[in-house]
This record gives sequence, C-alpha cells and structure tokens, in this order.
Amino acid sequence: MTNTVGEIAGAGAILLTGSNPTENHPVIGYRIRQAVRRGAKLIVAEPRRIPLVNIADVHLQFKPGTDVALFNALAHVIIKEGLEDKEYIESRTQGFEYLKEIVEKYTPEYVSGITGVPAEDIIKAARLFAGAESGSIIYCMGVTQHTSGTENVAALTNLSLLTGNLGVPHAGMNPLRGQNNVQGACDMGCLPNVLTGYQPVYGDRETDTYWRRLKLEKGEAVAPPPEEIDTSVILADTIEFETPVYKGMSVSEEIRKKFSKVWGVELSDAPGRTIAEMFHYNPTRRNRVMYIMGENPVLSDPHADHVRKCLEEMDFVVVQDIFLTETAKYADVVLPAASFAEKDGTFINTERRVQRIRRAVIPRGDSKPDWEILQLLAQRFNLNWNYSSPEEVWDEVRRLTPHYFGGMSYERLEKGGLQWPCPTEDHPATPIMHKGRFARGIGQFATVEYRPWAADTVDEDYPFILTTGRKLYQYHTRTMTGKTGGLNYFLNEELMEISPRDAQALELTAGDVVKVSSRRGSIETKIQITDRVPPSVVCMSFHFGESAVNVLTDPAVCNMSVVSGLKVSAVRIEKA
Amino acid sequence: MGEITFFIDGLKIEANEGDTILRAALEQGIYIPHLCYHPDLKPFGGCRLCTIEIEGRGLTISCKTPVEEGVRVITENPQINKARRIAAELIIANHYSECLQCARNTDCRLQDIATYIGIEEGRLQRLKRTVRDLPIDDSNPFFYRDPNKCVLCGICVRTCEEINGVGAIDFAFRGFATKISTLKDKPITESTCESCGECVDRCPTAALARKGSERPAREVKTICPYCGAGCGIYLGVRGDRVLSARGDRQNPVNNGQLCVKGRFGYDFVNHPDRLTTPLIKRNGTFVEASWDEALDLVVAKFKEAREEYGPEALGGLSSARVTNEDNYLFQKLLRSLGTNSIDHCARL
Repeated sequence: MTNTVGEIAGAGAILLTGSNPTENHPVIGYRIRQAVRRGAKLIVAEPRRIPLVNIADVHLQFKPGTDVALFNALAHVIIKEGLEDKEYIESRTQGFEYLKEIVEKYTPEYVSGITGVPAEDIIKAARLFAGAESGSIIYCMGVTQHTSGTENVAALTNLSLLTGNLGVPHAGMNPLRGQNNVQGACDMGCLPNVLTGYQPVYGDRETDTYWRRLKLEKGEAVAPPPEEIDTSVILADTIEFETPVYKGMSVSEEIRKKFSKVWGVELSDAPGRTIAEMFHYNPTRRNRVMYIMGENPVLSDPHADHVRKCLEEMDFVVVQDIFLTETAKYADVVLPAASFAEKDGTFINTERRVQRIRRAVIPRGDSKPDWEILQLLAQRFNLNWNYSSPEEVWDEVRRLTPHYFGGMSYERLEKGGLQWPCPTEDHPATPIMHKGRFARGIGQFATVEYRPWAADTVDEDYPFILTTGRKLYQYHTRTMTGKTGGLNYFLNEELMEISPRDAQALELTAGDVVKVSSRRGSIETKIQITDRVPPSVVCMSFHFGESAVNVLTDPAVCNMSVVSGLKVSAVRIEKA
Repeated sequence: MGEITFFIDGLKIEANEGDTILRAALEQGIYIPHLCYHPDLKPFGGCRLCTIEIEGRGLTISCKTPVEEGVRVITENPQINKARRIAAELIIANHYSECLQCARNTDCRLQDIATYIGIEEGRLQRLKRTVRDLPIDDSNPFFYRDPNKCVLCGICVRTCEEINGVGAIDFAFRGFATKISTLKDKPITESTCESCGECVDRCPTAALARKGSERPAREVKTICPYCGAGCGIYLGVRGDRVLSARGDRQNPVNNGQLCVKGRFGYDFVNHPDRLTTPLIKRNGTFVEASWDEALDLVVAKFKEAREEYGPEALGGLSSARVTNEDNYLFQKLLRSLGTNSIDHCARL
C-alpha cells in the first residue's frame, strides 16, 4: 500500500476492485464501512456481488477478465469530462497525451459491450471517483491473478495518477496483501531476481538505467568507474533511497559483490526459476530437489494434478511446516517447525509496516523455529553462520538493505511498527509513499490496451467462467483454520457459488453435488445458489482438499509478473 | 481543537474542545459511574448512572455533555446520589448475583458500580421483580449470549453498527420485555453476525462472554498470523497453551479491533496433530527421526544433486507465513548453495 490502513476511514471516495475485504481482510473491511458512514463514496468494481456492494454507491459488475477495458473507460470519462487533476498531471507525470490517445476509443458504450456494465454506471463511477477530495484505490488478487495482471494494475494506476491521488493522504494505490508476511517474504528477497529490498541479483539493465537517471535528475554527478569498486560506498550509513550507480557498471554486479563480502560466498548471476518454472511442464526445465518451507502448493497452486506429479518426479523433496500438510505427504524428509506463537522475529504488513512478533509459548516437542533449522543446515554445508537470535539476523538485513530498513532496530520496533523506507535511526519512517516526488522520479502513465483474454476460453464444452476467492471462516489451505473447531462449525466444506438462473437451467437445488470439469481435470463440490455471482460465472474457494479448485485452474501466467491467471478458468458443470 | 479549562468538584481540569465531561473526568482518573459509555462509541445516554450537576444548571448526564470553559461540575451531592442509586439499584436488583460462577467475576463494570454505590440488601429485595429466566443463546461456537445478565446498555448494538458496520443485533420488544435481539429473535448464528467478537470484548457484564472462560496467566504482545493487515494482538497464555487473544488498542492498524480468525482462531497452536519430530520417508511411510539423521540426509541429497546436475538442480519455495528473519535466511542459504531459484506464493 502507498498509504496506511488507518487513512482509509477518511477517504473521500474508494474504488474497490478484485478484493473482498469484509471476508479476507475484515479489519480493513471495518475501515471501509467506517469511511462510507462518514460520507465516502464507494465504487465496487467486481464480478461478484460481494457484501460491500450493499453499501456501495455503484457496483460495476464486469465480466471476469475485462478489467483493462473497464479501467480505460473510467479514464476515458474522466478525461472527456475534464475531471482530471491538470496541475498534478502537469507537474508530476509524463505520458498523459499517449494515455489520452489510447483511451479515446474506450467510450462507456463500447466498453459496456465488453464488460456488461451499463454505460451510465461507468460514467457515474468516474464522476464519483474523480469528484472526491481524495480517492483511494483498494485492490487485491482479483486484479493480479490474470494473464493480464500487470496490465490490469497499470490501467488502475492511471486512474490514481489522473486524479492526483498518489502521494496524498487518504488516497493512493492500496493492494491488500493476503498473508501476514507476504510483503516481508518479497522484501527479504525470496524472489529469484532480487535480494533484500529489491536489489537486483541479475538481469538489471532496466533497473540500472532507472537508478542512473534518478541520480542525474537530482543533478548529481555520475562518477566514472573507479579502478576498484569501493563497496563501503554502498554500505555507508548515509546511503539514500537510490543506490549510487557508477557509469558503465551493472548495478547487480555491485550488489552481488556487496552481499558476497558479507556472506562470504560467491553469488551466482544465473537466472533462477519462479514457482511456475519449478513446476514446468517440461521435466528437464525443473529443478531436481525442492525445499518447501511453510507452503502448501498441492492445494494453493494452479493445476494441482500437475503439481503433484512434479513433486513425485523430484529426486528429493524437503518440507518444513507445522503440520503434515497435503504437500508434506510428497516429501522425503519433513522438518517440524515452530509456529508464530513460538518464535521471535518480525512480519511486514500490507502497508509496509515492520512489526515485532514475540515468543509466547515454547516450541512443540522437538520442533524448532525456521531460522534455527536453516542455520543447522547451513553449518552442515560448512557455511559460516553463527546467529544467536533473530535480532542478529535482522541487523544483517538492515546492514545490507539500509535504503529500506537501516533505521529499524529491534529497540526502535519495540515501541511500535515502522513503515519502510526508513533508512536511518532518526528517519521518521514513511506512512505515505511518493509524497511530492515519485520513487522513480516522475509519474509515468501506462498505455495498455484491452486484450480479450486468450489463455482459457469459454466454448461449448466449457461454457462457465470459474473464478476463485476466500471465505471469512477459513484461511488458505486450512492448515491452521482447519484445526479450529469453531471455524469449521461455520464452514467445513466447499460450497461453489452458482447463480439462480444457471442453477435452474441445470436443474440444481441448494446443497446438490456437482461435477466441475476444466481442460485440466475435474472435481466434485456441493453448491450454494446465490446472486453473489452473475449468470455464467461460478466461484469456489481453494480452502478444501476434498474439493480442490486448483485441480481445475489454469497455470498460464502473466508474461510480465509470472503470476498465474487463477481468476479465470473455463469449466463445465454437470450434476454428479 | 482548543484547550478548555473547567472544574470538577473544585479541581481545575484541562480538556480538549469537543470532549464530554465524562471522558475528561475519566482521563484525569476521576471515576464517575457509567455503564453504557464506551470510549470507542458515540455517547448513548441510556443508563443515567453518570449523572452530575453543573452549578447553576441542575442535573445532567456527563457522557453527553460537552466540556465548556469555566463550568463547575459536581459529582456528589444528596440529589445526585439519590438519582444515581435508584438508577443503579433498578439494574442490579434483577441481575444474576452468583458472581463467583460468572465468567466476568472481578472484571465486571456492574460490580464496579455496586461497589461504588454500596449495596443495601434490604432495599434491593424490595425492588426485585419476578425472576426473568430467558434462554441462553449458545449457538455461536465462540461465545454465549445470556440475556439474563444483560443490562441493556446497548454497547453491543452500537459496536456492531459503529465498529464492524454489520448491524446484526438491536433492541427489541417493549418495556419490561426489552432485550437485545437478532432479526426475528433467531439464534445469533442465523443472523448477519460475522463472529468478530467486538461486542463480546466490550460487553460490561457477562451477557456476552467467551466460551472457555479460563483467564490467562500472562499476555504476550505480538502480531496476528492470518491476513496481511497485521493487526496487533495480545496472546493470552497459560503454561505452554495459547488460550485467547485480544486486540492491541495501541496498534495503529487495528486500534484493538479483530476479526473472527484473529480473535478466535488459535486452536491450531496447541493441536495434537502438530509436527513434533523430524520424519523420514522409508518405503513409502514416514518414520520418526532425530534432527541429526534428518538434516544429514537433506545435506547429502542436496550435495548429491548439486554435484551431478550443478547448483541449478536446487530450488526452494519460501513462505509468506514465516518471519522476515526466516525468509532472509532461506534465500541466503539457497543462494549460498549457488542457485537463485527461490520463490514463494506472492506470485499466486
């Protein structure tokens, strides 16, 4: 999130899309309801009739996968009616003319035909959002889990830039992260191409030029390459948000050197595999051994049958978890880990806030905190690791990532969480990003066109669109919530949402079991007849192993982010 | 927001413009009895216990009266005491009095009031009406609703409306029969209730009380392990068991508020299915192993694969559930072994 959770309650208008906060981020849901009670305009752009639709000013119920067309139409109306923030566009952005050209053809009428949303609702939504004092865009996986995920986000960001809503209070672009520390896992470099704080390990040509340009823009001299690279420059406490760049040198090379020096090992610049590539259809492109810590890909990843097959074909699989998950069953070795209540450390929430977690009880049996297990392994590989506490690990992170975490000592975090970037001990941390100036310098309008989605197309054999979501009373693959009796009381089996019209056409009644098939597999599930989904669309959660929706989903990915298009799969429904 | 100076029982008090007299008094550590007031909610003025007198103006309720420059507030005199005693006795007379058996014993706002007023047994008996014995709603797996312990303060109704925004409950019926009810007086699980427990947290008595009312021996400040909101919590612990959780009011994300999972979803910590020892698969079944055996095997297999196929043979999925420190070391280990194949479910 560019802004804080607390600011939502004071927003002038909220554009909520691809997100169902009252079930998946309930406390953020409270803030949205609070905002509406205080007079905020709520626009829900969402294929499903989620609970917040009940208090929305307008519901744009678009066909799954047509996000870009809808967002471009909103931009079209804002520009056509002159509702854009001209001063902001002039002083802080570039590319407005191109955007104007691109969205010219996305008239409400044209887009109504693509999305199924009435043209007057598109106009109303654009006016409400652009007319408000501050406009907050809140979104989630409903926007990103598409083969056009990156384009969806870019088209959405245009709306924020157009209306001057980035870098100001009660506004911003606010993706809600689904898990307690998904932000932290990214920030810590658990991605193939970057180390901590998104410092590139390889393939950084883009980043290189970008960082160099920032330096030039600030009027600072770009130093010629020194004879020998002085890594202390990069490690210096005075480091700014942008790492210094020497002309003609690759940033990643410097970064690898910096980390190599501290870690005492050589770092590879060979590109690593993403999740999708680790489960590649071509076995020769996969890795041979797999170390899985605290994940359950058998239930959570697309095309589950294929994921199972990959795990079976691996030479060796290690799973480290708190329960014997569906994935752990495919392991050769299972390592018992401590839960959040049994260890110290930090999590980073959706608004970039680093917060301390503390050991409340001792680890169960012989289980150990993950960091201790990792250290035991490292020592067996003769790596020189001697951490005595998570705090020592964190201090190393801070030293190597000063532009994000330099000022966040445990001592300071004891007093309360801090939002990155926070480079120095006296830095106040950053509740609102891009204030006055964007991290990348100038705001860039993206020009994205709507592409009718092609990965998994509805046809005569597979006439329904299956989308996925989560439910209030369960969480992810139920590793934790499935062990809580009270939560299971409320929901202990999958209930696929189907519209009354479709249910009638298929002669289904509530609680019937149906067989759902996609081009990849089929499963059985009970149904719930509800107008939460429009006709031709059905929705399932991925909570239950018995009705594992990811047997059906499509692993085709967004080319830019390599995120799978889980939100749109073509399926057939038959009475079981 | 300007500063305002006024007087309570002759003491000079400073407060912010817009504060009520009750809020200002409580902030200064001056107790004025109250039952339907809650700092998170709009004032309601239902219980009449916070009656005070403003010199020259007569009796009024302090929870709804804003502070004004120079006013002189009196919290105790025969007239106030009489009004307050009657209001309190009418609530207490018909209240369940087996306090030792009550989940909220020693943590009850009604007990505070009884202690403050000083109960006279004889007067109470005269006020007692026929015993009301309404059924307890135990449909929700996490909390009871016992209308017999309800003081009709309306805090739960307002919490549901003002905090969560759901509005699952409201006052229903008239006069003596008034109670808090769901639509059509159905069990709470058949209402729009989202089981967040915010009302349970704020109930001044045990009309709304957690099931499993053991009190923790200590509390540990930490962060909720579910979604990315990152709400602050205090885990209630006894021995090596996690018993309960409550919201951390100082945390800027949630200001003490929680959802059903964050408040009630901790059975997994103490669950008997937790993994407690390393396991090695032998002939298709898992057998318990020592740490040395398990780790040696992992290292041997990793080395084997690396020697045969190069470091690219290794790959790892890290976790969006574990700490930063765990995640940092995970990628450090794999990169130190020569591979950049590290990813996690953020890409899903």
